[in-house]
Amino acid sequence: MGKIEIRNVFKIFGHQEDKALELARQGLGKEEILSQSGCSVGLNNVSMTIDPGKIFVIMGLSGSGKSTLVRHLNRLIEPSSGEVLFDGKNILDLSPKELRKFRTHHISMVFQSFALMPHRTVLQNVIYGQRVRGTARQKAREIGQQWIDAVNLSGYENKYPHELSGGMRQRVGLARALAADTDVILMDEAFSALDPLIRAEMQDQLLELQTKLSKTIVFITHDLEEALRIGSEIAILKDGELVQVGKPADILNNPANDYVARFVERRPVGVGAE
Amino acid sequence: MFPENLHYSIRGPVNDFIEMLVINYGWVFKAISHALLQSVLLIESALRGLPWWCVIIIFMVGAWYSSRRIILTAAVGILLFLVGVLGLWDLTMQTLALMLMATIVSVLIGVPVGIIAAKNGFVRGTILPILDIMQTMPSFVYLIPALMLFGLGKVPAILATIIYAVPPLIRLTDLGIRQVDKEVVEAATAFGGSPIRILFGVELPLATPTIMAGLNQTIMMALSMVVVASMIGARGLGEQVLNGIQTLDVGKGLEAGIGIVILAVLLDRITQGFGKTRAGGVTNG
Repeated sequence: MGKIEIRNVFKIFGHQEDKALELARQGLGKEEILSQSGCSVGLNNVSMTIDPGKIFVIMGLSGSGKSTLVRHLNRLIEPSSGEVLFDGKNILDLSPKELRKFRTHHISMVFQSFALMPHRTVLQNVIYGQRVRGTARQKAREIGQQWIDAVNLSGYENKYPHELSGGMRQRVGLARALAADTDVILMDEAFSALDPLIRAEMQDQLLELQTKLSKTIVFITHDLEEALRIGSEIAILKDGELVQVGKPADILNNPANDYVARFVERRPVGVGAE
Repeated sequence: MFPENLHYSIRGPVNDFIEMLVINYGWVFKAISHALLQSVLLIESALRGLPWWCVIIIFMVGAWYSSRRIILTAAVGILLFLVGVLGLWDLTMQTLALMLMATIVSVLIGVPVGIIAAKNGFVRGTILPILDIMQTMPSFVYLIPALMLFGLGKVPAILATIIYAVPPLIRLTDLGIRQVDKEVVEAATAFGGSPIRILFGVELPLATPTIMAGLNQTIMMALSMVVVASMIGARGLGEQVLNGIQTLDVGKGLEAGIGIVILAVLLDRITQGFGKTRAGGVTNG
Protein backbone atom coordinates (compact mmCIF):
# COMPACT_ATOMS: atom_id res chain seq x y z
CA MET A 1 0.00 0.00 0.00
CA GLY A 2 1.06 3.57 -0.41
CA LYS A 3 0.31 4.40 -4.02
CA ILE A 4 0.30 8.13 -4.67
CA GLU A 5 -1.25 9.85 -7.65
CA ILE A 6 -0.92 13.52 -8.35
CA ARG A 7 -3.39 14.94 -10.84
CA ASN A 8 -3.07 18.34 -12.51
CA VAL A 9 -1.67 20.07 -9.49
CA PHE A 10 -1.04 23.81 -9.71
CA LYS A 11 0.46 25.87 -6.93
CA ILE A 12 0.57 29.65 -7.17
CA PHE A 13 2.28 31.87 -4.61
CA GLY A 14 1.05 35.45 -4.55
CA HIS A 15 -2.00 37.67 -4.22
CA GLN A 16 -3.62 37.22 -7.62
CA GLU A 17 -3.95 33.48 -7.39
CA ASP A 18 -7.01 33.15 -9.64
CA LYS A 19 -5.58 35.22 -12.45
CA ALA A 20 -2.24 33.43 -12.35
CA LEU A 21 -4.01 30.07 -12.27
CA GLU A 22 -5.97 31.03 -15.37
CA LEU A 23 -2.75 32.02 -17.16
CA ALA A 24 -1.08 28.79 -16.12
CA ARG A 25 -4.01 26.79 -17.49
CA GLN A 26 -3.56 28.58 -20.81
CA GLY A 27 -0.09 27.08 -20.89
CA LEU A 28 2.03 30.14 -20.12
CA GLY A 29 5.42 29.67 -18.46
CA LYS A 30 6.74 30.83 -15.12
CA GLU A 31 8.32 34.07 -16.40
CA GLU A 32 5.27 35.25 -18.33
CA ILE A 33 2.91 34.55 -15.46
CA LEU A 34 5.18 36.44 -13.07
CA SER A 35 5.30 39.49 -15.34
CA GLN A 36 1.55 39.48 -16.03
CA SER A 37 0.15 38.74 -12.56
CA GLY A 38 3.02 39.23 -10.11
CA CYS A 39 2.55 35.70 -8.83
CA SER A 40 5.22 33.06 -8.82
CA VAL A 41 4.33 29.60 -9.98
CA GLY A 42 5.39 26.81 -7.66
CA LEU A 43 3.88 23.95 -9.64
CA ASN A 44 2.44 24.10 -13.12
CA ASN A 45 0.07 21.27 -14.06
CA VAL A 46 2.02 18.43 -12.50
CA SER A 47 0.65 14.89 -12.77
CA MET A 48 2.48 11.74 -11.82
CA THR A 49 1.97 8.32 -10.30
CA ILE A 50 4.24 7.01 -7.58
CA ASP A 51 4.14 3.26 -7.26
CA PRO A 52 4.28 1.60 -3.85
CA GLY A 53 7.38 -0.10 -2.52
CA LYS A 54 9.87 1.81 -4.64
CA ILE A 55 12.23 4.73 -4.27
CA PHE A 56 10.84 7.48 -6.45
CA VAL A 57 13.25 10.37 -6.97
CA ILE A 58 12.10 13.87 -7.79
CA MET A 59 14.96 15.87 -9.19
CA GLY A 60 15.43 19.49 -10.19
CA LEU A 61 17.51 22.57 -9.51
CA SER A 62 16.66 24.92 -6.67
CA GLY A 63 13.47 26.78 -7.45
CA SER A 64 12.14 24.00 -9.66
CA GLY A 65 9.33 23.27 -7.22
CA LYS A 66 10.48 19.89 -5.93
CA SER A 67 10.27 20.77 -2.23
CA THR A 68 6.89 22.38 -2.87
CA LEU A 69 5.69 19.25 -4.64
CA VAL A 70 6.71 16.89 -1.87
CA ARG A 71 4.91 19.03 0.71
CA HIS A 72 1.69 18.56 -1.24
CA LEU A 73 1.85 14.84 -0.55
CA ASN A 74 1.23 15.33 3.18
CA ARG A 75 -0.56 18.66 2.77
CA LEU A 76 2.03 20.80 4.49
CA ILE A 77 1.23 22.95 1.46
CA GLU A 78 -2.24 23.09 -0.08
CA PRO A 79 -2.42 23.13 -3.89
CA SER A 80 -4.12 26.02 -5.70
CA SER A 81 -5.85 23.44 -7.85
CA GLY A 82 -5.66 19.71 -8.54
CA GLU A 83 -5.93 16.41 -6.74
CA VAL A 84 -3.58 14.33 -4.62
CA LEU A 85 -4.74 10.74 -4.29
CA PHE A 86 -3.42 8.28 -1.73
CA ASP A 87 -4.50 4.71 -2.44
CA GLY A 88 -7.30 6.18 -4.51
CA LYS A 89 -8.55 8.62 -1.88
CA ASN A 90 -8.21 12.37 -2.35
CA ILE A 91 -6.31 13.63 0.69
CA LEU A 92 -7.45 17.18 0.01
CA ASP A 93 -10.89 16.14 1.27
CA LEU A 94 -9.61 15.17 4.72
CA SER A 95 -10.72 17.22 7.72
CA PRO A 96 -7.98 18.56 10.00
CA LYS A 97 -8.45 15.63 12.34
CA GLU A 98 -8.45 13.03 9.55
CA LEU A 99 -5.40 14.74 8.08
CA ARG A 100 -3.51 14.36 11.38
CA LYS A 101 -4.47 10.71 11.48
CA PHE A 102 -3.36 10.28 7.86
CA ARG A 103 0.00 11.87 8.71
CA THR A 104 0.59 9.69 11.75
CA HIS A 105 -0.36 6.43 10.04
CA HIS A 106 0.51 6.76 6.38
CA ILE A 107 3.18 9.34 5.65
CA SER A 108 6.28 10.55 7.46
CA MET A 109 9.07 12.87 6.47
CA VAL A 110 12.82 13.48 6.68
CA PHE A 111 14.02 17.07 6.37
CA GLN A 112 17.05 18.66 4.76
CA SER A 113 18.14 20.51 7.90
CA PHE A 114 17.10 17.57 10.13
CA ALA A 115 14.42 19.57 12.01
CA LEU A 116 14.96 17.66 15.23
CA MET A 117 13.46 19.02 18.41
CA PRO A 118 16.44 20.48 20.27
CA HIS A 119 14.81 20.12 23.69
CA ARG A 120 14.19 16.41 23.34
CA THR A 121 16.61 13.51 23.45
CA VAL A 122 17.32 11.26 20.50
CA LEU A 123 14.86 8.67 21.79
CA GLN A 124 12.16 11.25 22.48
CA ASN A 125 12.61 12.63 18.98
CA VAL A 126 12.44 9.20 17.41
CA ILE A 127 9.23 8.22 19.18
CA TYR A 128 7.47 11.53 18.50
CA GLY A 129 5.30 10.07 15.76
CA GLN A 130 4.32 7.07 17.87
CA ARG A 131 3.49 9.27 20.86
CA VAL A 132 1.33 11.58 18.74
CA ARG A 133 -0.43 8.51 17.46
CA GLY A 134 -1.25 7.55 21.02
CA THR A 135 1.10 4.60 21.55
CA ALA A 136 1.83 4.00 25.22
CA ARG A 137 5.19 5.30 26.43
CA GLN A 138 6.74 1.92 27.13
CA LYS A 139 5.69 0.41 23.81
CA ALA A 140 6.83 3.53 21.93
CA ARG A 141 10.21 3.36 23.64
CA GLU A 142 10.65 -0.23 22.50
CA ILE A 143 9.83 0.70 18.93
CA GLY A 144 12.11 3.73 19.13
CA GLN A 145 15.00 1.69 20.49
CA GLN A 146 14.61 -0.82 17.70
CA TRP A 147 14.95 1.88 15.01
CA ILE A 148 17.78 3.64 16.81
CA ASP A 149 19.63 0.33 16.67
CA ALA A 150 18.68 -0.07 13.01
CA VAL A 151 20.38 3.21 12.06
CA ASN A 152 23.45 2.35 14.18
CA LEU A 153 22.89 4.95 16.87
CA SER A 154 22.77 2.57 19.83
CA GLY A 155 24.11 4.25 22.93
CA TYR A 156 23.05 7.74 21.87
CA GLU A 157 19.40 7.41 22.98
CA ASN A 158 19.69 9.94 25.77
CA LYS A 159 21.88 12.49 23.97
CA TYR A 160 20.45 15.77 22.74
CA PRO A 161 20.62 16.64 19.02
CA HIS A 162 23.22 19.38 19.55
CA GLU A 163 25.60 16.76 20.92
CA LEU A 164 25.59 14.83 17.63
CA SER A 165 27.34 15.34 14.29
CA GLY A 166 25.38 16.19 11.13
CA GLY A 167 25.38 12.62 9.85
CA MET A 168 24.21 11.28 13.19
CA ARG A 169 21.46 13.88 13.39
CA GLN A 170 20.13 12.86 10.03
CA ARG A 171 20.17 9.25 11.11
CA VAL A 172 17.96 10.35 14.00
CA GLY A 173 15.74 12.03 11.41
CA LEU A 174 15.61 8.80 9.44
CA ALA A 175 14.89 6.73 12.55
CA ARG A 176 12.10 9.14 13.47
CA ALA A 177 10.48 8.62 10.06
CA LEU A 178 10.95 4.83 10.22
CA ALA A 179 9.65 4.56 13.78
CA ALA A 180 6.42 6.27 12.73
CA ASP A 181 5.76 3.04 10.82
CA THR A 182 4.11 4.68 7.83
CA ASP A 183 3.60 3.39 4.30
CA VAL A 184 5.34 6.36 2.74
CA ILE A 185 8.47 8.29 3.71
CA LEU A 186 9.12 11.67 2.13
CA MET A 187 12.77 12.67 2.06
CA ASP A 188 13.31 16.32 1.22
CA GLU A 189 16.97 16.71 0.22
CA ALA A 190 17.59 14.51 3.20
CA PHE A 191 21.30 13.98 2.50
CA SER A 192 22.13 17.29 0.81
CA ALA A 193 23.47 18.93 3.97
CA LEU A 194 25.93 16.11 4.61
CA ASP A 195 29.50 15.84 3.34
CA PRO A 196 30.13 13.44 0.43
CA LEU A 197 31.48 10.48 2.41
CA ILE A 198 28.70 10.55 4.99
CA ARG A 199 26.20 11.06 2.21
CA ALA A 200 27.33 7.93 0.38
CA GLU A 201 27.18 6.04 3.66
CA MET A 202 23.62 7.22 4.26
CA GLN A 203 22.60 6.28 0.72
CA ASP A 204 23.93 2.77 1.29
CA GLN A 205 22.12 2.55 4.58
CA LEU A 206 18.88 3.70 2.99
CA LEU A 207 19.18 1.15 0.16
CA GLU A 208 19.97 -1.59 2.65
CA LEU A 209 16.97 -0.71 4.81
CA GLN A 210 14.77 -0.46 1.73
CA THR A 211 15.56 -4.03 0.65
CA LYS A 212 14.09 -5.20 3.97
CA LEU A 213 11.24 -2.73 4.34
CA SER A 214 9.97 -2.01 0.82
CA LYS A 215 8.42 1.31 1.78
CA THR A 216 7.30 3.89 -0.71
CA ILE A 217 10.04 6.48 -0.56
CA VAL A 218 9.74 9.82 -2.30
CA PHE A 219 13.24 11.22 -2.43
CA ILE A 220 13.97 14.82 -3.40
CA THR A 221 17.42 15.75 -4.62
CA HIS A 222 19.22 18.21 -6.89
CA ASP A 223 22.00 15.73 -7.46
CA LEU A 224 21.75 13.49 -10.53
CA GLU A 225 24.39 11.14 -9.19
CA GLU A 226 22.32 10.56 -6.07
CA ALA A 227 19.14 10.17 -8.13
CA LEU A 228 20.70 7.54 -10.37
CA ARG A 229 22.19 5.69 -7.44
CA ILE A 230 19.08 5.21 -5.35
CA GLY A 231 16.09 5.82 -7.63
CA SER A 232 13.93 3.12 -9.18
CA GLU A 233 12.22 5.89 -11.07
CA ILE A 234 13.18 9.52 -11.57
CA ALA A 235 11.01 12.55 -12.26
CA ILE A 236 12.66 15.77 -13.40
CA LEU A 237 11.08 19.14 -12.63
CA LYS A 238 11.91 22.50 -14.16
CA ASP A 239 10.20 25.79 -13.28
CA GLY A 240 7.36 23.91 -11.63
CA GLU A 241 6.70 21.74 -14.67
CA LEU A 242 7.32 18.04 -15.00
CA VAL A 243 9.88 17.53 -17.77
CA GLN A 244 10.43 13.79 -17.79
CA VAL A 245 9.62 10.69 -15.76
CA GLY A 246 11.35 7.39 -16.27
CA LYS A 247 13.74 4.71 -15.16
CA PRO A 248 17.32 5.90 -14.62
CA ALA A 249 18.34 4.26 -17.89
CA ASP A 250 15.60 6.09 -19.83
CA ILE A 251 16.72 9.41 -18.44
CA LEU A 252 20.31 8.69 -19.35
CA ASN A 253 19.66 7.32 -22.83
CA ASN A 254 16.61 9.25 -23.98
CA PRO A 255 16.61 12.69 -22.38
CA ALA A 256 13.26 14.31 -23.14
CA ASN A 257 14.73 17.70 -23.97
CA ASP A 258 17.83 19.88 -23.79
CA TYR A 259 17.37 20.61 -20.11
CA VAL A 260 17.52 16.95 -19.17
CA ALA A 261 20.30 16.34 -21.68
CA ARG A 262 22.42 19.06 -20.10
CA PHE A 263 21.81 17.54 -16.69
CA VAL A 264 22.94 14.16 -17.94
CA GLU A 265 25.99 15.47 -19.80
CA ARG A 266 27.33 17.33 -16.81
CA ARG A 267 27.22 14.16 -14.79
CA PRO A 268 30.60 13.17 -13.37
CA VAL A 269 32.29 10.51 -15.50
CA GLY A 270 31.84 6.92 -14.46
CA VAL A 271 28.67 7.33 -12.42
CA GLY A 272 25.58 5.45 -13.41
CA ALA A 273 27.63 3.02 -15.48
CA GLU A 274 27.01 0.09 -13.20
CA MET B 1 -1.42 80.19 17.14
CA PHE B 2 -3.54 77.21 16.14
CA PRO B 3 -7.04 78.47 15.14
CA GLU B 4 -9.37 78.14 18.06
CA ASN B 5 -12.42 77.10 16.04
CA LEU B 6 -10.58 73.85 15.25
CA HIS B 7 -10.19 73.01 18.91
CA TYR B 8 -11.88 69.88 20.08
CA SER B 9 -11.53 68.46 23.54
CA ILE B 10 -12.12 64.81 24.39
CA ARG B 11 -12.09 65.75 28.07
CA GLY B 12 -15.86 65.92 28.50
CA PRO B 13 -16.78 62.64 26.81
CA VAL B 14 -14.00 60.75 28.66
CA ASN B 15 -15.07 62.16 32.01
CA ASP B 16 -18.68 61.24 31.27
CA PHE B 17 -17.63 57.75 30.28
CA ILE B 18 -15.71 57.15 33.50
CA GLU B 19 -18.56 58.54 35.53
CA MET B 20 -20.99 56.26 33.71
CA LEU B 21 -18.72 53.30 34.46
CA VAL B 22 -18.54 54.17 38.14
CA ILE B 23 -22.29 54.61 38.48
CA ASN B 24 -23.53 51.74 36.33
CA TYR B 25 -20.84 49.13 36.54
CA GLY B 26 -19.43 49.81 39.97
CA TRP B 27 -20.32 46.29 41.11
CA VAL B 28 -18.16 44.72 38.40
CA PHE B 29 -15.15 46.67 39.56
CA LYS B 30 -15.96 45.93 43.17
CA ALA B 31 -15.97 42.22 42.40
CA ILE B 32 -12.64 42.39 40.56
CA SER B 33 -11.25 44.51 43.33
CA HIS B 34 -12.39 42.07 45.97
CA ALA B 35 -10.89 39.06 44.21
CA LEU B 36 -7.55 40.79 43.68
CA LEU B 37 -7.44 42.07 47.24
CA GLN B 38 -8.16 38.66 48.74
CA SER B 39 -5.45 37.06 46.61
CA VAL B 40 -2.83 39.64 47.48
CA LEU B 41 -3.73 39.45 51.17
CA LEU B 42 -3.31 35.70 51.02
CA ILE B 43 0.18 36.01 49.54
CA GLU B 44 1.03 38.73 52.02
CA SER B 45 -0.13 36.81 55.05
CA ALA B 46 1.85 33.80 53.86
CA LEU B 47 5.03 35.83 53.40
CA ARG B 48 4.65 37.71 56.67
CA GLY B 49 3.46 34.67 58.55
CA LEU B 50 6.49 32.57 57.65
CA PRO B 51 9.51 32.84 59.95
CA TRP B 52 12.17 35.12 58.44
CA TRP B 53 14.75 32.37 58.06
CA CYS B 54 12.24 30.29 56.19
CA VAL B 55 11.75 33.02 53.57
CA ILE B 56 15.52 33.40 53.24
CA ILE B 57 15.87 29.65 52.69
CA ILE B 58 13.13 29.67 50.05
CA PHE B 59 14.93 32.45 48.19
CA MET B 60 18.26 30.64 48.45
CA VAL B 61 16.75 27.43 47.13
CA GLY B 62 15.28 29.38 44.21
CA ALA B 63 18.64 31.00 43.52
CA TRP B 64 20.43 27.66 43.64
CA TYR B 65 17.89 25.96 41.44
CA SER B 66 18.08 28.71 38.83
CA SER B 67 21.83 29.34 38.75
CA ARG B 68 23.64 26.39 40.38
CA ARG B 69 26.17 28.89 41.68
CA ILE B 70 27.17 28.81 45.33
CA ILE B 71 28.36 32.44 45.45
CA LEU B 72 25.12 33.76 44.02
CA THR B 73 23.07 31.61 46.38
CA ALA B 74 25.06 32.85 49.37
CA ALA B 75 24.78 36.47 48.18
CA VAL B 76 21.01 36.13 47.96
CA GLY B 77 20.89 34.92 51.55
CA ILE B 78 23.15 37.67 52.83
CA LEU B 79 21.29 40.45 51.01
CA LEU B 80 17.96 39.31 52.33
CA PHE B 81 19.43 39.09 55.81
CA LEU B 82 20.65 42.67 55.36
CA VAL B 83 17.10 43.76 54.60
CA GLY B 84 16.08 42.37 57.97
CA VAL B 85 18.98 44.07 59.72
CA LEU B 86 17.90 47.43 58.27
CA GLY B 87 14.51 46.88 59.88
CA LEU B 88 12.72 46.65 56.54
CA TRP B 89 11.61 43.03 56.72
CA ASP B 90 7.90 43.58 57.10
CA LEU B 91 7.77 46.35 54.51
CA THR B 92 9.79 44.28 52.06
CA MET B 93 7.39 41.36 52.43
CA GLN B 94 4.45 43.69 51.75
CA THR B 95 6.11 45.00 48.62
CA LEU B 96 7.08 41.50 47.57
CA ALA B 97 3.48 40.33 47.91
CA LEU B 98 2.36 43.20 45.70
CA MET B 99 5.05 42.37 43.13
CA LEU B 100 4.19 38.69 43.12
CA MET B 101 0.50 39.41 42.64
CA ALA B 102 1.18 41.88 39.82
CA THR B 103 3.59 39.40 38.22
CA ILE B 104 1.17 36.47 38.45
CA VAL B 105 -1.61 38.47 36.81
CA SER B 106 0.86 39.76 34.20
CA VAL B 107 1.84 36.21 33.30
CA LEU B 108 -1.81 35.13 33.13
CA ILE B 109 -2.50 38.00 30.72
CA GLY B 110 0.84 38.40 28.98
CA VAL B 111 1.68 34.86 27.90
CA PRO B 112 -1.68 34.03 26.27
CA VAL B 113 -1.83 37.44 24.57
CA GLY B 114 1.74 36.97 23.36
CA ILE B 115 0.86 33.55 21.94
CA ILE B 116 -2.18 34.92 20.12
CA ALA B 117 -0.10 37.81 18.76
CA ALA B 118 2.52 35.36 17.48
CA LYS B 119 -0.12 33.27 15.72
CA ASN B 120 -2.13 36.10 14.19
CA GLY B 121 -0.60 38.98 12.27
CA PHE B 122 -3.70 41.13 12.58
CA VAL B 123 -3.78 40.78 16.37
CA ARG B 124 -0.08 41.59 16.53
CA GLY B 125 -0.57 44.68 14.39
CA THR B 126 -3.33 45.85 16.72
CA ILE B 127 -1.61 45.03 19.98
CA LEU B 128 1.85 46.47 19.36
CA PRO B 129 0.73 50.12 19.23
CA ILE B 130 -1.42 49.56 22.33
CA LEU B 131 1.65 48.22 24.14
CA ASP B 132 3.57 51.33 23.08
CA ILE B 133 0.83 53.48 24.58
CA MET B 134 0.80 51.46 27.80
CA GLN B 135 4.53 51.94 28.19
CA THR B 136 4.74 55.63 27.35
CA MET B 137 1.53 56.97 28.89
CA PRO B 138 2.47 58.65 32.20
CA SER B 139 1.26 56.31 34.90
CA PHE B 140 -0.68 58.99 36.79
CA VAL B 141 -3.01 59.31 33.81
CA TYR B 142 -4.43 55.86 34.43
CA LEU B 143 -3.85 55.86 38.18
CA ILE B 144 -6.61 58.42 38.69
CA PRO B 145 -9.37 56.50 36.84
CA ALA B 146 -8.12 53.31 38.51
CA LEU B 147 -8.59 55.05 41.84
CA MET B 148 -12.10 56.11 40.88
CA LEU B 149 -13.05 52.61 39.80
CA PHE B 150 -11.29 50.51 42.41
CA GLY B 151 -10.81 52.80 45.38
CA LEU B 152 -7.63 53.55 47.32
CA GLY B 153 -5.09 50.91 48.25
CA LYS B 154 -3.44 47.84 46.88
CA VAL B 155 -5.80 47.00 44.03
CA PRO B 156 -5.35 50.10 41.85
CA ALA B 157 -1.63 49.87 42.62
CA ILE B 158 -1.55 46.31 41.29
CA LEU B 159 -3.54 47.25 38.21
CA ALA B 160 -1.35 50.26 37.43
CA THR B 161 1.70 48.06 37.89
CA ILE B 162 0.28 45.48 35.49
CA ILE B 163 -0.48 48.08 32.82
CA TYR B 164 3.08 49.33 33.06
CA ALA B 165 4.80 45.97 33.41
CA VAL B 166 2.95 43.55 31.12
CA PRO B 167 4.10 44.88 27.70
CA PRO B 168 7.62 43.38 27.70
CA LEU B 169 6.21 39.97 28.58
CA ILE B 170 3.73 40.13 25.70
CA ARG B 171 6.42 41.33 23.29
CA LEU B 172 8.94 38.69 24.25
CA THR B 173 6.40 35.85 24.30
CA ASP B 174 5.38 36.87 20.79
CA LEU B 175 9.02 37.11 19.71
CA GLY B 176 9.98 33.84 21.39
CA ILE B 177 7.21 31.87 19.69
CA ARG B 178 7.90 33.38 16.30
CA GLN B 179 11.62 32.66 16.63
CA VAL B 180 11.08 28.94 17.07
CA ASP B 181 12.68 27.16 14.12
CA LYS B 182 10.00 26.90 11.40
CA GLU B 183 11.38 23.55 10.27
CA VAL B 184 10.95 22.01 13.70
CA VAL B 185 7.32 23.15 13.78
CA GLU B 186 6.88 21.84 10.24
CA ALA B 187 8.35 18.50 11.29
CA ALA B 188 5.99 18.26 14.26
CA THR B 189 3.10 19.06 11.91
CA ALA B 190 4.28 16.48 9.37
CA PHE B 191 4.21 13.82 12.08
CA GLY B 192 0.60 14.62 12.86
CA GLY B 193 0.94 16.93 15.85
CA SER B 194 -2.13 19.04 16.54
CA PRO B 195 -1.74 22.82 16.96
CA ILE B 196 -2.23 22.54 20.74
CA ARG B 197 0.25 19.71 21.03
CA ILE B 198 2.81 21.65 19.00
CA LEU B 199 2.24 24.78 21.10
CA PHE B 200 2.82 23.03 24.41
CA GLY B 201 5.28 20.38 23.25
CA VAL B 202 7.48 22.38 20.89
CA GLU B 203 6.85 26.11 20.69
CA LEU B 204 6.50 27.05 24.35
CA PRO B 205 9.45 24.94 25.55
CA LEU B 206 11.68 26.38 22.84
CA ALA B 207 10.47 29.92 23.53
CA THR B 208 10.99 29.60 27.28
CA PRO B 209 14.35 31.43 27.48
CA THR B 210 12.87 34.42 25.64
CA ILE B 211 9.69 34.33 27.71
CA MET B 212 11.81 34.22 30.88
CA ALA B 213 13.69 37.30 29.67
CA GLY B 214 10.29 38.98 29.28
CA LEU B 215 9.25 37.90 32.76
CA ASN B 216 12.49 39.32 34.13
CA GLN B 217 11.75 42.67 32.45
CA THR B 218 8.20 42.59 33.77
CA ILE B 219 9.39 42.09 37.34
CA MET B 220 11.96 44.86 37.05
CA MET B 221 9.38 47.27 35.67
CA ALA B 222 6.92 46.28 38.36
CA LEU B 223 9.51 47.15 41.01
CA SER B 224 10.06 50.54 39.46
CA MET B 225 6.37 51.25 40.07
CA VAL B 226 6.63 50.65 43.82
CA VAL B 227 7.00 54.30 44.82
CA VAL B 228 4.27 55.46 42.46
CA ALA B 229 1.98 52.75 43.80
CA SER B 230 2.57 53.95 47.34
CA MET B 231 1.10 57.33 46.39
CA ILE B 232 -2.31 55.72 46.04
CA GLY B 233 -2.08 53.92 49.29
CA ALA B 234 -0.19 50.70 48.66
CA ARG B 235 1.93 50.05 51.71
CA GLY B 236 5.46 48.74 51.75
CA LEU B 237 8.90 50.01 50.84
CA GLY B 238 7.56 52.64 48.44
CA GLU B 239 5.54 54.23 51.18
CA GLN B 240 8.67 54.47 53.28
CA VAL B 241 10.53 56.25 50.45
CA LEU B 242 7.65 58.65 49.99
CA ASN B 243 7.52 59.23 53.72
CA GLY B 244 11.25 59.92 53.82
CA ILE B 245 11.00 62.49 51.04
CA GLN B 246 8.02 64.24 52.55
CA THR B 247 9.64 64.61 55.96
CA LEU B 248 13.09 65.36 54.51
CA ASP B 249 14.32 62.26 56.32
CA VAL B 250 17.01 61.39 53.79
CA GLY B 251 18.33 58.43 55.77
CA LYS B 252 14.90 56.81 55.97
CA GLY B 253 14.35 57.27 52.26
CA LEU B 254 17.76 55.82 51.50
CA GLU B 255 17.16 52.78 53.68
CA ALA B 256 13.91 51.98 51.91
CA GLY B 257 15.56 52.70 48.59
CA ILE B 258 18.26 50.17 49.39
CA GLY B 259 15.52 47.68 50.26
CA ILE B 260 13.94 48.15 46.82
CA VAL B 261 17.28 47.77 45.08
CA ILE B 262 18.05 44.57 46.98
CA LEU B 263 14.65 43.13 46.10
CA ALA B 264 15.26 44.04 42.45
CA VAL B 265 18.70 42.42 42.42
CA LEU B 266 17.41 39.22 44.02
CA LEU B 267 14.47 38.81 41.67
CA ASP B 268 16.56 39.79 38.65
CA ARG B 269 19.34 37.27 39.32
CA ILE B 270 16.95 34.47 40.09
CA THR B 271 14.74 34.95 37.01
CA GLN B 272 17.73 35.54 34.73
CA GLY B 273 19.22 32.31 35.96
CA PHE B 274 16.11 30.41 34.90
CA GLY B 275 16.36 31.89 31.40
CA LYS B 276 20.02 30.98 31.07
CA THR B 277 20.01 27.41 32.35
CA ARG B 278 17.46 26.50 29.74
CA ALA B 279 19.17 28.44 27.00
CA GLY B 280 22.47 26.67 27.62
CA GLY B 281 21.16 23.18 27.06
CA VAL B 282 18.42 23.76 24.62
CA THR B 283 18.70 26.48 22.01
CA ASN B 284 22.12 25.54 20.71
CA GLY B 285 20.42 23.04 18.42
